Amino acid sequence: MAKQVRQLDRVVIRFAGDSGDGMQLTGDRFTAESAQLGNDLSTLPNFPAEIRAPAGTLPGVSSFQLHFADYDILTPGDAPNVLVAMNPAALKANLADVPRAADIIVNTDEFTKRNLTKVGYDANPLEDGTLDSYAVHEVPLTSLTVKALESFDISKKDAERSKNMFALGLLSWMYNRSVEGTEAFLRKKFANRPELVEANVTALKAGWNYGETTEDFAVRYEVKPAKLPAGTYRNITGNTALAYGLIAASVRAGLPLFLGAYPITPASDVLHELSKHKKFGVLTFQAEDEIAAVGAALGASYGGALGVTSTSGPGVALKGETIGLAVMQELPLVICDIQRAGPSTGMPTKTEQADLNMALYGRHGESPAAVIAASSPSDCFYAAIEAARIAVTYRVPVLLLSDGYLANGSEPWRLPKVAELPEITVDFATAHNHENPDGSTAFWPYLRDPETLARPWAIPGTPGLEHRIGGIEKADGTGNISYDPANHDTMVRLRQAKVDAIARDIPDLVADDPSGEARVLVLGWGSTYGPIGAAVRRLRDNGHHVAQAHLRHLNPLPANTEAMLRGYDKVVVPEMNLGQLSQLLRGRFLIDVIGYNKVRGLPFTAGELESALEEIVKNV
Amino acid sequence: MSEPVSPNGRRALDLVPKAEGKQTMKQFKSDQEVRWCPGCGDYAILAAFQSFLPTLGIRQENTVVVSGIGCSSRFPYYLNTYGMHSIHGRAPAIASGLATTRPDLSVWMITGDGDALSIGGNHLIHALRRNVNIKILLFNNRIYGLTKGQYSPTSELGKVTKSTPVGSADAPFNPVSLALGAEASFVARTLDSDRKHLTSVLSAAAEHQGSAFIEIYQNCPIFNDDAFEVLKNPETRDEAVVRVEHGEPITFGPDGAHCVVRRGFGLAVAKTAEVDPADIVVHDAHDPDPSYAFALSRLPGENLLHTPMGVLRDVPRPSYDEIVRGQLDAARTGKSLDDELDSLLYSGDTWAIV
Repeated sequence: MAKQVRQLDRVVIRFAGDSGDGMQLTGDRFTAESAQLGNDLSTLPNFPAEIRAPAGTLPGVSSFQLHFADYDILTPGDAPNVLVAMNPAALKANLADVPRAADIIVNTDEFTKRNLTKVGYDANPLEDGTLDSYAVHEVPLTSLTVKALESFDISKKDAERSKNMFALGLLSWMYNRSVEGTEAFLRKKFANRPELVEANVTALKAGWNYGETTEDFAVRYEVKPAKLPAGTYRNITGNTALAYGLIAASVRAGLPLFLGAYPITPASDVLHELSKHKKFGVLTFQAEDEIAAVGAALGASYGGALGVTSTSGPGVALKGETIGLAVMQELPLVICDIQRAGPSTGMPTKTEQADLNMALYGRHGESPAAVIAASSPSDCFYAAIEAARIAVTYRVPVLLLSDGYLANGSEPWRLPKVAELPEITVDFATAHNHENPDGSTAFWPYLRDPETLARPWAIPGTPGLEHRIGGIEKADGTGNISYDPANHDTMVRLRQAKVDAIARDIPDLVADDPSGEARVLVLGWGSTYGPIGAAVRRLRDNGHHVAQAHLRHLNPLPANTEAMLRGYDKVVVPEMNLGQLSQLLRGRFLIDVIGYNKVRGLPFTAGELESALEEIVKNV
Repeated sequence: MSEPVSPNGRRALDLVPKAEGKQTMKQFKSDQEVRWCPGCGDYAILAAFQSFLPTLGIRQENTVVVSGIGCSSRFPYYLNTYGMHSIHGRAPAIASGLATTRPDLSVWMITGDGDALSIGGNHLIHALRRNVNIKILLFNNRIYGLTKGQYSPTSELGKVTKSTPVGSADAPFNPVSLALGAEASFVARTLDSDRKHLTSVLSAAAEHQGSAFIEIYQNCPIFNDDAFEVLKNPETRDEAVVRVEHGEPITFGPDGAHCVVRRGFGLAVAKTAEVDPADIVVHDAHDPDPSYAFALSRLPGENLLHTPMGVLRDVPRPSYDEIVRGQLDAARTGKSLDDELDSLLYSGDTWAIV
């Protein structure tokens, strides 16, 4: 039967099932197939913190949303065009997000009385008209898979577990993606269990063939490759990009990388990834707790390594005292905070950007640290290099903010050439820097570079520079213990001035305002870059003028920040918190910015930002 | 004492550059005025340490002393080596990061009973468990000195202090037992006022590959004076102190009147004259089974009577830092890191857009 082929410019698919159904893997593979085809894409995994919540229940639902298109896109999509629901719980948990007329593919085998009751369906939604306004494809995924694998000498359970590959095969057929890459992936993944390789590959192909032969799927879709800038691309998640960025910084600086970390969601993948790359001299230290993780990193920095610790909000809360010590000792240190919904345990697998205040202020005393934030999964790579550059150049702790959305989400990344990456210059002190009145010389550990205000980084093992540092206030210059009131005031101001001076060494904030007529500026930071960009595009497509700017450096702010903000009638600051950047801008510049704040554990949708911004743009 | 080397034949200072020429105690004194209270036991330990450092024969700039918070933790300021006075309880973590990345350093850690056993207890046991190449000197004065006299985790039950006016309600740690329970590969005890013994224990620890734990009984004349008087007073010390030397029968007291024998699962003190000489325990610091050293650590009864002094345990065990550095060395390819980075970035599924 010849199937109709329809052209689309973009599609949003959401795979949803039980935590044990392999939805993340299915989504990852579909993503890889789409990347290979050359689509632009953006992904949003969404899973529970429980490893295996009770099967078939609402809390156990895990989903993976993928947006792919033939043009450059900025978000994983507001609403799915296709929902794959592996059981009634997945249908119930996701249906509200699915617009009318969208395709829904359901695994009918799981729609048993027992499973329906488990999630509170009194009647079967496949039969009671609930889904009348959707294009429903009823597919007995489990039994079709088991049947396809009849001839294999594997357990029924193993056969059933391959149903995600059947679903992937079917979707791959529907959207015209090659499954070769997935086949190769399966051969590698199950190399030690050849029977599972064949079973999964067979299920994958059976799914493809099912689409080809059954009449239920009359249409195939095609989404052409996107016209992206020329180059070599790969798909990358934020956590992998961040880990690569740290390695790149270590190579560029010529310093060994030391990561101290304690397992925590959603930051653990940074530890996992870095632990694989020992050939770069990367030493990963899984510490006994968050405090030891940052302590060991600081100890390594003191010894001349690039000391880094990676964690999430609860971990940063524990590390505060040690970060304060790094402020006092003026040693390089990078603290990666992969933010998650808080406070306390909060929602560990859900995203948020509510740690800005903690990053800026979460220490006692006047304790300035640099703060920077990544804006997209691939940007985590460059943000990590920048964090290391600032830490090493200014001998200051740098908090690098990512979040759960960036950490697990992915996008195509145009790969850089190593030679084009920023240089990081390290100059360890090697000689005395002070002349005594009697003409003899000495090493003063707190004499500063007049340009950067950084103190010398004199590492143990350097002859003649033996000195002591600590958390007690230092005398300006000599670094000896000092309780002198005027000296303390001087040192507090010097530490602040050093961090403030970083503003001379970072790019100005740039506003994107194609028409030049915008009177409203939308200012964001961190992972809201995609949704804000998508919303702004839609507004411009509808004839509105609006400018967008995005902050990478949150402390210090770029030197032109105030001037830029004053150039617009209104400044809107969308944040996934209750207005932490807004408060900072109001306090610093006395500019009454307008906040748009939601803390739902999910990224903004372009649609909601579009509506909110449209109101403001229309009424300015 | 013959020192067991680590399983791969390494000693702690093998990778530390050697000094050229003779070193003096003077060069290890910093220019800072020492500010402990008059009569503090820390003075004696500092003097012993300053005179001990030149005997190591390593370059001055390759010694690092890391401390936490407390009276004892001011120690690094008075030594002309590299030093870090860090934050309360965290010195083991900081020293671990330093020692793991820098095998060319001799890393010493100074801590106290509150710093190591209370706020930093977790870091201490994990540093010992990992067997990181750091030498830990715990100055135990059984009181909080710097905060002016609260009871500490080694204060005796019922201790009356500023924070426990009717007596403390919590039982103390035995630091040596704790270290042994944490799988420490080198555990010793010594006394601030016994410079010769203190120095011999420091020398043994310095050469030990991995973590070394030394409890030093230290007098606080202000808040807990004479806490160890029974071990120091010539009239009582012979009965109270049980000196242990590897390979020597354990006898003590006037003319060796007392000895240590096995009893049940543990050890006990007996009169030498009343036991078969063959039953007197010969000290074996290298016993792979920590139960023996643990039994030794339990000998003291009330009032510190029968306190073992010396190296209780000294066994070879791979150190964390040599294992992880071995992993890094094994992974190195000899290619330039720029090329390796290029390969890493371009690894996995890539596609080209022209």
